[in-house]
Amino acid sequence: MTTVHDMGGVHGFGAVEPEADEPMFHAEWERRAFAVTLASATPGGWSIDESRFTRESLPPAEYLTSSYYEIWFAGVVNLLKSRGLVTDEELAAGHALEPPKPSVKALKAADVAATLGRGGPTEREATAPARFKVGDRVVTSRANPPTHTRLPRYARGRIGTIHRVHGVHVFADKNAIHAGENPAWLYNVRFETGELWGPDAQSPGAVHCDLWEPHLEAA
Amino acid sequence: MSAHHPDDDHSHLDAMTLRVRALETVLTEKGYVDPAALDELIDIYENRVGPKNGARVVARAWSDPAYRARLMENGTEAIRELGYAGRQGEHLVVVENTPGVHNMVVCTLCSCYPWPVLGLPPVWYKSAPYRSRAVNDPRGVLAEFGVELPEGTEINVWDSTSEMRYLVLPMRPEGTEGWSEEDLAALVTRDAMIGTGLPLSPEEVPA
Repeated sequence: MTTVHDMGGVHGFGAVEPEADEPMFHAEWERRAFAVTLASATPGGWSIDESRFTRESLPPAEYLTSSYYEIWFAGVVNLLKSRGLVTDEELAAGHALEPPKPSVKALKAADVAATLGRGGPTEREATAPARFKVGDRVVTSRANPPTHTRLPRYARGRIGTIHRVHGVHVFADKNAIHAGENPAWLYNVRFETGELWGPDAQSPGAVHCDLWEPHLEAA
Repeated sequence: MSAHHPDDDHSHLDAMTLRVRALETVLTEKGYVDPAALDELIDIYENRVGPKNGARVVARAWSDPAYRARLMENGTEAIRELGYAGRQGEHLVVVENTPGVHNMVVCTLCSCYPWPVLGLPPVWYKSAPYRSRAVNDPRGVLAEFGVELPEGTEINVWDSTSEMRYLVLPMRPEGTEGWSEEDLAALVTRDAMIGTGLPLSPEEVPA
């Protein structure tokens, strides 16, 4: 989807402001919101792709005026509500009002380290040969899907070069919308800055994106 | 956790504190979340995982040519050798700075970042100014970090649009011949591994 989360090349956001000796969290609620978000994926069972799709689906004005962990919090609330695990009434009351659903699992403290250590690898067995090889010229899709996509708008309809072949990976655009993992060849594609930004390009230089075979055609 | 603080009064707590507390309470009462697991998650990312991990990887690569070769060939496996792996670092790629090429990492779409080697990202990395400008104004962004590269240096920006996570291997500072890995690691800043900074020089090492 093309909304305000897709920020590459957008003007007007001002200067980057690094904070000296920045703490990991800026408030206690950020710690809890961070941890609740990670832990809720166990009972919720959603993929990282769906959680990204949920965050970027916030109304644009809300997304832009929310802090990072406010976006995470809004996202996890929407995911939990989508699974029927919490309700607005419960959030307003600050207590459970309905019995828990049967056989929903929690992430146990003793399992945290192992769960993080496993992570969520996305590489899958190849079932077809790669269509492109390093050095091939490709053109990216111009599609503007209303659902999740990892092809940023600044790189749509542009010509690039295959820089690296990453193997076959879960195709985020489909997995985010419960359409299955649809594993596809994943490539690192190099775009020269002039191809992306025309006369405003800073050169020499390039931007590299990881894109899946369905995003690409031979140029 | 249950200790009473003078300001632990709902009427004085901000809206986000109350909303997050309400959610955590509901989830805990329903048995969907284990509060001890939350404490563990926070402790891991606040105290145990951070850029010191990445600095060890870089220092090893600077010291050991065979390790460096393995790291460039398969970042995930070489970094796993040092014990760093897992969530948001399932697939790691190392990109190498050279005298002619500087690399910088961003996630324009969200906040993808190599957690096992760098920890959680700083606020600026997740902010709209960085996400918007890293791809079309990298020199301007670098200037805001006090980094100025020679005119002809090629800048390659890596937009983290898949589950591949990128770590920059900066150039080893001059005047560090014969240094131990531990001393070298002290030169490697977080920003040097994102590409918005350069490693410290020997004169800049804090005593």
